[in-house]
Amino acid sequence: MIRIYTVLVYVFLFAPIVVVIVLAFNPKQFGIFPMEGVSFRWFIKLAQNEAIIDAFKNSLVLGSLTAVLSTAIGILAALAFIRFAFPGKNTLNTLLLSPIMIPEVVLGVALLLFLRFLQQPKSFVLLLIGHVVLTLPYVLLIVQARLVGIKKEYEEAAKSLGANAFQTFREVTLPLLLPAILAGALFSFTISFDDITATLFWATAQNQTVPVKIFSMLRNSISPEINALGAVMIVLTIATPLLAGYLSRKFSKIKT
Amino acid sequence: MSPALSAIFLLLVIPVCFIVVYSFWLRSPSGADIPAFQLGNYAKFFEDFFYPRILIRTIRISFETVILCVFMGYIPAYFFYRSESRYKQVFLLLIMLPFWVSFIIRTMSWINIMGDSGLINHFLLKIGLIQSPISMLYNEFTVLMGLIMYLLPFMVLNIYVSLEGIDKSLLEAARCMGCTEWQAFREVTLPLSLPGVSAGCLLVFVLTAGTYLPPMILGGPGNEMIANLIFKRIVGTLDWPYGSAISVILLSLLFVIVWTYNRYLGINQIFKNLQGN
Repeated sequence: MIRIYTVLVYVFLFAPIVVVIVLAFNPKQFGIFPMEGVSFRWFIKLAQNEAIIDAFKNSLVLGSLTAVLSTAIGILAALAFIRFAFPGKNTLNTLLLSPIMIPEVVLGVALLLFLRFLQQPKSFVLLLIGHVVLTLPYVLLIVQARLVGIKKEYEEAAKSLGANAFQTFREVTLPLLLPAILAGALFSFTISFDDITATLFWATAQNQTVPVKIFSMLRNSISPEINALGAVMIVLTIATPLLAGYLSRKFSKIKT
Repeated sequence: MSPALSAIFLLLVIPVCFIVVYSFWLRSPSGADIPAFQLGNYAKFFEDFFYPRILIRTIRISFETVILCVFMGYIPAYFFYRSESRYKQVFLLLIMLPFWVSFIIRTMSWINIMGDSGLINHFLLKIGLIQSPISMLYNEFTVLMGLIMYLLPFMVLNIYVSLEGIDKSLLEAARCMGCTEWQAFREVTLPLSLPGVSAGCLLVFVLTAGTYLPPMILGGPGNEMIANLIFKRIVGTLDWPYGSAISVILLSLLFVIVWTYNRYLGINQIFKNLQGN
């Protein structure tokens, strides 16, 4: 019973994903089912669509920059929270994690209002800043969890052997933290790459991301072209973490 | 440390304060914002039934999503917990996989499944159960489908983490004392897993209440939720003061719920469970 129920839940969760990938190969122009054979027609059309290629570039650049920035800030904050004691620490920690709980719509409005107050136009920088705010809590959670598991004694040993604070961080803490840093960077890349709601507030016609592009294409109706684009996105976002996991395992084998 | 803090302060705390300040401002007929301190924007919200109805609908849909997620999520979580299979890790990874797939793609794909020429209609037509396609899209049911698909993994993982934390010898003890499997579940496992269930409920509620996409893509005109209203006011009509006021109302609703939860159950559990993932 329980097993069947679980399988049904999986079917429910995966049906939409599988259907997108299957329909991406549907050659016909209108309607959804039935499939009329298998073709790469829509993928070819996608590759020729400059607006979509541009959106892809935007998404990739934005996602990478977000990952770098938010991981860097996240590491510093996590170090402070786990290694040092200071007044108001718990409140601050909750504050840093609060973007998880604040609806994206509200975050979107808030940053836009701030920009309006500063009399700046919407720009790529706004998008980047916004995505860092969105992803920072997740990086923080991941890095903190790992940092708790690293014994303070290692760092103390390094220090007692004459390493200064920076050397200690570089030689001891950083290598031990590396898996969490990679996971955090990967996570923030995916969140940024997939984000839609807040991005709809922040994006301009010049710096549309792929999800925003899909959103505007959906205005008309669902089409095989959207399904093809969806299939490409699915493969990309699933392949990236799998590849990263594979590479990190390979590297750690070489080391030992 | 300080860069992270100042970043969050500058980009989160100040902007949210701006929303509160703006919500008291006036909007001139020409569309300019006039600094003021008046409650007109809030009065406008509660003036007639139109806007409060959307607020109530948002709360109702959030509760429906929470309840459905508990019922759909507990059993798979329990299945993982009891499973001795070597593939357990793979199953767990699979339930997290949708997190990696774009939200908008998963949402729009329900049109592929439930649209007029979608999977379900195509299947029913083929086996001859119906003569013409049934229209199933653009109502509250499809909005709920989209929401559950998005939020179910959060619920399953939260419940699973708390189930994993249960000392298995407690169960053995219960069985030794003569409990049936069902009794042991009811008296030991279920109560001990409740912290995970409640953490999942809070997370799902908060995420649902602020949701924009599923009602937008899978809902009809009568399924708007509060986030859709905010988006329309801000991006559509550029009515910043009113849009801010609605945002403040949404934030206050969430704040009351999170505060109450924290008061009685403690919020840290949620962040711990997220870390468990």
